[in-house]
Amino acid sequence: MAAQTRPKRPFRWHIAIFLAPAVLVYTAIMILPLAGTLQLSLFRSIEQHQVFVGLQNFSTLFGDPNWSVGFWNALRNNTWFFIIHMLVQNPIGVLLAALLSSPRLRFAAFYRTAIFVPTILSFVIVGFAWKLILSPLWGVAPHLLDFVGLKSLFTPWLGKEQYALTALSLVSVWQFIGIPMMLIYAALLSIPDEVIEAAECDGITGMSQFWKIKLPLILPSIGIISILTFVGNFNAFDLIYTAQGALAGPNYSTDILGTFLYRAFFGFQLQVGDPNMGAAIATMMFLIILGGVCVYLFLIQTRLRRYQF
Amino acid sequence: MTTKLLTALLLGTSILGSAGLAHAADVTLNIESWRGDDLAIWKDKLIPAFEAKNPGIKVVFAPSAPTEYDAALGAKLAAGSAGDLITCRPFDKSLELFKKGNLADLSSLPGMENFSPVAKSAWQTDDGKASFCVPMASVIHGFIYNKDAFDKLGIKIPTTRDEFFAALDKIKADGTYIPMAMGTKDLWEAATMGYQNIGPNYWKGEDGRAALIKGEQKLTDKDWVAPYEELAKWKPYLGDGFEAQTYPDSQNLFTLGRAAIYPAGSWEIGLFNTQAQFKMGAFPPPVEKAGDTCYISDHTDIGMGLNAASKNADAAKTFLSWVASADFATIYANALPGFFSLNSAPVKMADPLAQEFVSWRGKCKSTIRSTYQILSRGTPNLENETWVESANVINGTDTPEAAAKKLQTGLDSWYKPAK
Repeated sequence: MAAQTRPKRPFRWHIAIFLAPAVLVYTAIMILPLAGTLQLSLFRSIEQHQVFVGLQNFSTLFGDPNWSVGFWNALRNNTWFFIIHMLVQNPIGVLLAALLSSPRLRFAAFYRTAIFVPTILSFVIVGFAWKLILSPLWGVAPHLLDFVGLKSLFTPWLGKEQYALTALSLVSVWQFIGIPMMLIYAALLSIPDEVIEAAECDGITGMSQFWKIKLPLILPSIGIISILTFVGNFNAFDLIYTAQGALAGPNYSTDILGTFLYRAFFGFQLQVGDPNMGAAIATMMFLIILGGVCVYLFLIQTRLRRYQF
Repeated sequence: MTTKLLTALLLGTSILGSAGLAHAADVTLNIESWRGDDLAIWKDKLIPAFEAKNPGIKVVFAPSAPTEYDAALGAKLAAGSAGDLITCRPFDKSLELFKKGNLADLSSLPGMENFSPVAKSAWQTDDGKASFCVPMASVIHGFIYNKDAFDKLGIKIPTTRDEFFAALDKIKADGTYIPMAMGTKDLWEAATMGYQNIGPNYWKGEDGRAALIKGEQKLTDKDWVAPYEELAKWKPYLGDGFEAQTYPDSQNLFTLGRAAIYPAGSWEIGLFNTQAQFKMGAFPPPVEKAGDTCYISDHTDIGMGLNAASKNADAAKTFLSWVASADFATIYANALPGFFSLNSAPVKMADPLAQEFVSWRGKCKSTIRSTYQILSRGTPNLENETWVESANVINGTDTPEAAAKKLQTGLDSWYKPAK
């Protein structure tokens, strides 16, 4: 009787070896810090010693009005920040991509580059440039409005509680609009000509071609962009910090989770930093983003129809 | 980059040293600071003066941005990469560092005897037993004005509040100048140059401050709400769009000669002298009635301490003793008019504007900013809240009473004065 047992396959070391660099690097710079943050949020510094306190930091964060008011305010502002991006950045991004991919458009490469340039600018430059543009004293915004006779519409937007956050959201939209544009543009270009030609044979052209043929085909890309926007917005910090400072004035009206975390973790001026509370806020940010991504992955992405050509 | 290079070089020399190739290498001391504005003064005046007397010790002044300094320093200290000498913020920030063991005890440092207890108070433990920073300078609040503008409009220096507002009205009616250069965008201007500037006259300086710490007075008392009421009245005299006017904007407005009065801290003097093309003068915060005792904010602002983890502690102590000397005080006070030496030895200053500021020490009673000692230890942080509320009061988003109530509620939530 021939040996029934197949010869034992040797352990395939090469797989482990090839995976090792990526796994090690990712663990060292992503997983360990994340685990460290989660751990830090369960401790509290009592007389210079880290003491395990369970979920007490979280109950302080949500139960103590000194913290919870700030947290909910930051979360609300952050949500508004995200809504503006979804309502302004992504539709305009799609529109720009649709215009760019139109074969009749001249200088498409120039426009594409020009619109994408702000994205690669440092946020410090963007923050300061816009602060100057909108400055009531030396900014160009009041003069430009004056040219078209709309000077009365000008207010010091960044200094007014009711406008500051929206103004900054729009600045952020201005900066990052290149990303949805490029992704959608690539998606539009990858639609095979046969599909478009078939549509034209069926008499679907112009706008209805965009709505009925192209948009369904780029929906997965729009989904990816939405989730990128979500993650980016809820991690945002830099623009607010450069434009409004860590106290996110006026009256905390531009305070988002990132700046709230910064003040708690590192402290500000006379406020001494509290790394444990900071870590608790960071953990909440992580959970919020995780939740959002899960909703997208399990509820939305599975329902998106994909087309294979 | 350069610090990294230096560290690498130092590491290199230490390794070589242990290999037996040692020769007297220069010790390099790094100074951490938030005073980027002073870079030139340190490089051109202070450091050469020190190095000339102490061959073998090199000093590098490495400042970071003021708003980032505390966070950056904390991170560097934790990581062990902070400089040997640390510029100290007054009170709790530094006390915290000392308690954590980041700052060395300097009580026995030669030169510490040159400072009065008040000067040292900002960098001592609560019981006053240990000192951990050498006091360098204080800043005085007041108003700097454009002399040319005042002469042109025939305005005399206001000494009472009524005169002050009459002067503002006159400037506003004339229309050539913005009456007052201040914005609320950066928040701290409103609190530091506004509330803490005019406040001491209302709460009677140290008396009120001590009573607040003891719990005998509250921020909702008349003396503490009144400065907010005055601040609220400033609004019509500020420039167009002051809500989005930043601190550098205010400085520029004044030095370009577009504004007549600038609520100031004396630290502005150096910059204003180089930038303003007109004559300037200064007056202390006006009092209610002529002849009232005046109070000024003479705030202990800068000290210098020793990083407890420094590898060059002896050289650093030599440097700190020099910082405590009259030599340093003279160079510093003259190089940086507006930062007034806390050294007991009287320092001769050449700058007339600085002389004007420091002369108030003689006729008014000095105090420090009310929120700095003890009261900003908890959450919410009283100093930060004062920034936000002062801006709110000027913007008109909060009434003076509402602002005071918010501050007191926040303070009550964690501060229980010892009875």
